Amino acid sequence: MTPLLSVQGITKRYGMHFGCADVSFDLYPGEVMGIVGESGSGKSTLLNCMAGHLPPDAGRVVFDTRTDGPRDTITMSEPERRMLGRTDWAFVHQHARDGLRMGVSAGGNVGERLMAVGERHYGNIRDKATDWLGRVEIDASRVDDRPTTFSGGMQQRLQIARNLVTGPRLVFMDEPTGGLDVSVQARLLDLLRGLVRDMGLSAIIVTHDLAVVRLLADRLMVMKSGRVVEAGLTDQVLDDPQHAYSQLLVSSVLQV
Amino acid sequence: MINLNNVSKTFTLHNQGSAVIEVINDVSFAVEPGECVALTGASGAGKSTLMRMIYGNYLTQAGEIRIGDLDIVQAKPRDIIKLRRDVLGYVSQFLRVVPRVPTLDVVAEPLRALGVAADDAQGRAKALLTQLNIPQRLWSLSPTTFSGGEQQRVNIARGFAHSYPAMLLDEPTASLDAANREVVLNLIEEAKARGAAIIGIFHDEAARDRVCDREIDVGRFTPGMAA
Repeated sequence: MTPLLSVQGITKRYGMHFGCADVSFDLYPGEVMGIVGESGSGKSTLLNCMAGHLPPDAGRVVFDTRTDGPRDTITMSEPERRMLGRTDWAFVHQHARDGLRMGVSAGGNVGERLMAVGERHYGNIRDKATDWLGRVEIDASRVDDRPTTFSGGMQQRLQIARNLVTGPRLVFMDEPTGGLDVSVQARLLDLLRGLVRDMGLSAIIVTHDLAVVRLLADRLMVMKSGRVVEAGLTDQVLDDPQHAYSQLLVSSVLQV
Repeated sequence: MINLNNVSKTFTLHNQGSAVIEVINDVSFAVEPGECVALTGASGAGKSTLMRMIYGNYLTQAGEIRIGDLDIVQAKPRDIIKLRRDVLGYVSQFLRVVPRVPTLDVVAEPLRALGVAADDAQGRAKALLTQLNIPQRLWSLSPTTFSGGEQQRVNIARGFAHSYPAMLLDEPTASLDAANREVVLNLIEEAKARGAAIIGIFHDEAARDRVCDREIDVGRFTPGMAA
């Protein structure tokens, strides 16, 4: 089986510092990979390098495209990479405001991505947008409201709807539940898990919340100072961590 | 079906003076299809540790653990994920679920993951929940608020939803009343009859004597406890 995404030796330097150093892994269709580590460990840098938001200094990010098979997305032309970003890839930002157009209605936010892939029939766009608002549990009566009038949790769910409406195969998520209160987090986790199972999508989730990765991720990478110090099955890394830093991370979680 | 060859395990606690604790030393045994083997030994002997090693939850430092054709010790994460979905079931002592998910979906989930249609999976889940005496009015609620015994039964229903060829049972009858204990023992006997290879931990001696064909004293393999 061909990996959906094959990351090979990704390195990004900020001056003398390493953002991330020589990170490699394969992600297969339907897999969810968690990346954890303290702030400054390079997890967001790595995510942005993989998603094409930051040019890495070295390495390859090979994605199994629908039409041409495995392609290195780093050396791809900008229009091609942008096309990928609108179709097979999705990126859920930590702050919903970064991933939404705040001056456009909720329905418009979802519809924009559909129009970007060629959908032109207004009725279809609106129906699809309303359907997706329902799936992320936003009431259909809010379709014409701007996201500025939404709560933080609703904005985050709207961002997810906007990202998933075009049926991507790979979703990058940067702290998708960060800054949300726990009841909203639980609802969002449930939603994400259902979407992963029903749509068969693969995801890479960056977070510092170990409870989130335990529930969502099949596999886990632990990062420290730009390097991957441990990787494996999520429950194995959390229950029997081998590296000193992973042990510290797991033992530092406060019990509720 | 389940084969352990010269299996050893140590824990290294890097943040506590790099203490190295030997927990399991040189275990070998095999479990055939249709057989149930009990792990015995005093508390702290490493029964649950050994079970978690077989499930791939704990890393094994030396030896070989074969489930069918796959060596858990060397396997890649995605092979273990597949093994857990298709072949190897595990009923732990604790239920761990996503909050807000209804009990019926929790129990049906292992079947849904195998690609069974929603209706069929729910049908099987309903049958198991009925068998385990979970009242129907609770099915649409999340099990997070259930009593200990109810959670344990939901956990068992989930563990038996799919007919795994190999199963690990950690105290399946603990905290259950006599009637429900009987149901669980029947489920185990049914699983044996269809050819499942089972490894169990039972503090309940009567239950152990009834369903288990052999016992393995884990204390014999625990350095520092054998003497």
